Amino acid sequence: MSLIVRDMAIARGGVPVLQGVSFDVQPGQALVLRGPNGIGKTTLLRCVAGLQPVLSGQVNTDADRLAYVAHADGIKSVLSVAENLSFWAQIFGRSDISAALEAYQLTALADRPAGLLSAGQKRRLGLARLLVTGRQLWIMDEPTVSLDGEAVHMFASAIRMHLSGGGSALLATHIDLGLAEAHVLDLAPYRATTMAGDAFDEAFL
Amino acid sequence: MKEPRVTSLWTYANPKKFIETTDKLLPWVAMLALICLVTGLIWGFFFTPDDYRQGATVKIIYIHVPSALMAINAWLMMLVASLVWIVRRHHVSALAARAAAPVGLVMTLIALATGAIWGQPMWGTWWAWDPRLTSFLVLTLFYFGYIALWAAIENDDTAADLTSILCLVGSVFAVLSRYAVNFWNQGLHQGASLSLDEKENVADVFYHPLLVSIAGFVLLFIALVLLRTRTEIRARRTRALLARERMN
Amino acid sequence: MIALLIRDLRLAMRAGGGFGLGLAFFLIVVVLVPFAVGPQSSLLSTIAPGVLWLGALLACLLSLDRILALDWEDGSLDLLAVSPLPLEAVVSLKALAHWLTTGLPLVLAAPVLAVLLNMPSEGYEPLIMSLLLGTPALSVIGTFGAALTVGLKRGGLLLSLLVLPLYVPTLIFGAEAARRGMVGLEITVPMLMLGGITCGAIALLPFASAAVLRVNLR
Repeated sequence: MSLIVRDMAIARGGVPVLQGVSFDVQPGQALVLRGPNGIGKTTLLRCVAGLQPVLSGQVNTDADRLAYVAHADGIKSVLSVAENLSFWAQIFGRSDISAALEAYQLTALADRPAGLLSAGQKRRLGLARLLVTGRQLWIMDEPTVSLDGEAVHMFASAIRMHLSGGGSALLATHIDLGLAEAHVLDLAPYRATTMAGDAFDEAFL
Repeated sequence: MKEPRVTSLWTYANPKKFIETTDKLLPWVAMLALICLVTGLIWGFFFTPDDYRQGATVKIIYIHVPSALMAINAWLMMLVASLVWIVRRHHVSALAARAAAPVGLVMTLIALATGAIWGQPMWGTWWAWDPRLTSFLVLTLFYFGYIALWAAIENDDTAADLTSILCLVGSVFAVLSRYAVNFWNQGLHQGASLSLDEKENVADVFYHPLLVSIAGFVLLFIALVLLRTRTEIRARRTRALLARERMN
Repeated sequence: MIALLIRDLRLAMRAGGGFGLGLAFFLIVVVLVPFAVGPQSSLLSTIAPGVLWLGALLACLLSLDRILALDWEDGSLDLLAVSPLPLEAVVSLKALAHWLTTGLPLVLAAPVLAVLLNMPSEGYEPLIMSLLLGTPALSVIGTFGAALTVGLKRGGLLLSLLVLPLYVPTLIFGAEAARRGMVGLEITVPMLMLGGITCGAIALLPFASAAVLRVNLR
């Protein structure tokens, strides 16, 4: 499955932020979105994930084959690491969580309540969630926040493995992951300049 | 370019077109409302005989019945406007529903207040938990909830979506409440003042001025809703302009 | 699907407060009633079904904002929305979990509290039956209200304002069935109406709740 975005315009809080964005992500590819704060990276990812409608343009993807990681990890602090992870595995119709625990070195922490984890460990748990979904396209919003150097390596190798297995990834990040194969898309040139496509507000002006 | 001919009602759902049309329409509606109200109320208050049982108190009917009718019709109008918004996403209809709610609420409160004032000499009590009275009280609660939800949400489109769905669900529960209340207590309130069955109707001498006041209330409602919708459209336009300002 | 239900039940058990809070509130309301209206047992037994129904309703209302707000804050709702589980199923399961942790305990506690209000023994069966039939509707309607107000900072009061009018038919038929049962009148009609409202709410409201949630998530 490939993700194809054509001439997309998006708005945040009713104000258009990006327009004319086009890109492809084929199986085995990763695309890194870059751009200054407030350019609309998070909004773009939410639109691709189907959480938010686009103002105009096309997003061609299969909603049943993508997994999404937001700023918030959806971790319940009173459940243990393993419980948190196996809940998401079950939601996605799977059961095996050991490989995901392994990949982010969480095996030793499996029985600890998630509330006692450090911020970096929580983030690793949030990323391990991607591995248990079994989805092909990963959409990640600032996945490396609060990760240390070693954890970033774990993350990069997890992505590399995902890509080599025919998966694909779309992520917004500021740091260099050391992923040579990843393409980079700078969003700065796509900053919206007109009230693109908002038929309603248009009618008032 | 030639202006396209007006072929569909939906053309008026364009905010600009709506403002242009109502510019011409509003003064006429407002004037007609005033004429009907003044005629109906003066006719009713001074040129009809007292009722043989109720005396002069019966004359409050010229306010009570029209306001009660409009209280329900306002909700119906909101329901239709909400459906239009959900199905066709015409922004003017969402704003019209928003505009109608406070008017409907005031009509409900007028009906309740005049009912209490009428009830005191007739039934010897300001308030009774009669099904009709209780239904109106419940309707008031629905209006409050609807208006509060509009006020609480910042994003206009989100607010329109949420309140439309609330209006649909609320309508179902309002009807259910009506039946529940009927079941719960059979009341003091007289039957319908107006119906197609001649025998149940109030006498002709009251009936004609009543019709005129009802027409007045309907026109008043339309005028107020048009006025408030125009205000909402302009407020929305201001926000759109501000949003554009922020971008540049 | 069962995983979500189990998780919610587990959270309610472990987080503390969520589970027992409604029950404690119910107890306090019922205990306060005699202080307010006086200790005459004839009066108390007359109003017992109504007080118990109102207490259960308010206790139910108290925990509504927890149904979705916690999942909203930690981002779980976003993640659930892009999961294979349809949002309709999510809200239905959330309502079921709410009923199991709040509604069902209230039904079980009601007969005990009825003793405090001197309710005659004929009243117990209709009271329990009506609560059992009516409280699921309270949870489902409450979930709709919670979905409407989920994005709002101080949604608690608004939630009550939106949900209470929707509770009117359930309260009327439920309390009426319990009252009629206590004085030995026919209760088939109110029970059927109550069951009808509950079934209708369970069948249709999840669609409204899911639609509202989708709007709130974007």
